[in-house]
Amino acid sequence: MQVTAFIPEGDLVAENLACRRGERLIFARLSLTVPPGGAMVLTGANGSGKSSLLRLLATLLTPVTGRLLWDGALVSDDLPAYRARLHYVGHLDAIKPALGVRETLGFWAAMRGGDTAALDRALASFGLEAIADWPCRWLSAGQRRRLALARLITAPAPLWLLDEPGAALDADGAACLEAVVAAHRENGGRVVVATHQPIALPEASELRLGDFAAADLLAEF
Amino acid sequence: MPAYLGLFRRELLLSWRQGGEIGLALGFFVLAVVLFPLGVGPETEILRRIGAGVIWVAALLAAVLSLDRLFAADFGDGDLDLLVLSAIPLEGVVLVKCAAHWVTAGLPLVVLSPLLAVLLDLDAREIPILILGLLLGTPALSLLGAIAGALTLGARRPGVLSSLLVLPLYLPVLIFGSGAVEASVAGGARPHLLLLGALSLAALPLAPFATAAALRQALE
Repeated sequence: MQVTAFIPEGDLVAENLACRRGERLIFARLSLTVPPGGAMVLTGANGSGKSSLLRLLATLLTPVTGRLLWDGALVSDDLPAYRARLHYVGHLDAIKPALGVRETLGFWAAMRGGDTAALDRALASFGLEAIADWPCRWLSAGQRRRLALARLITAPAPLWLLDEPGAALDADGAACLEAVVAAHRENGGRVVVATHQPIALPEASELRLGDFAAADLLAEF
Repeated sequence: MPAYLGLFRRELLLSWRQGGEIGLALGFFVLAVVLFPLGVGPETEILRRIGAGVIWVAALLAAVLSLDRLFAADFGDGDLDLLVLSAIPLEGVVLVKCAAHWVTAGLPLVVLSPLLAVLLDLDAREIPILILGLLLGTPALSLLGAIAGALTLGARRPGVLSSLLVLPLYLPVLIFGSGAVEASVAGGARPHLLLLGALSLAALPLAPFATAAALRQALE
């Protein structure tokens, strides 16, 4: 697959992150580093903060403490630039039933400054060509997941944040996902995945959210 | 720029394909106005006097009806996350959504209003002022409504709550809108219309910021 290679920028670094949801401190003193081409798998029990950590890394949540650095520069100093560098695929598919498959991809490509040439590549990489003109309300859960993931290809971004990407995917879909992630990493892209299902990520580092559980630390903040 | 146009096009496409929603608000607008002659009796004298006010109140309520579709769907299906992360600043997203909301919910009211004005036997001199007033005032309805729509995300009965929040904000629009029509016979509608335009112009830069702040709050 031909995907544009990224300029090998420095690491994505998170230092001393703590996350609070409501009255509960979910995790604290969490630090991580993802180098170019690197992959990180987030594991942990339900409610241990995998999704929250991904949303923190996507700047959709603000951490209670700690900071994010990209290539040594503070992410909060230039938020739009950092957001342009990342793709976030949450556990919701972000699909409108009234829009078509190709329409959905085309819209998000335009929103990310991608080009239409990437559309066909995105459809092909998740085996969606045959249903490209279907309205999304006809899609099954697995097909919706494929469409959500196909957005990754429509516009290049060096950081992918994937929340349970394999949920509802069949064996073929999982293979598509693994191929796409492998190609992304080969080009210097980074990926952070929260998952319960086994996913083939060679040389991925693992972060166990349970190690940073901090229910008793709430008094400190 | 293609991103802004793409978003605007998507919003129009969505309201068109989920077509019921435009029709619903319009049907409500017409029905609410038609109820008045049946309720207060067919004396043209009374209808002519309350006509402009009735049309404006019905327009306000119809606008409130369509508010919850501004952000609720995007919030529920995860689109809002991606819109926040997109190349457009969130304030811009809000502005585009308001513009699309006005085209699909405000403009149809303006187009239908002359028909209802004739139904209520409004004076021929009053009808152009009514149309002009609605044209100037309805953008403010969409913009102010967006604030309420964003504030009530995640609430259990967002529709009821947002109408409670937004109707007081709509009061100035109602007062100057129906005031313009009342004053038009005497030829003094100009200040009312200018104030209506001022309301919309003031909401244009302010409402997107307030709405974007409320949306960020909802995502936390």
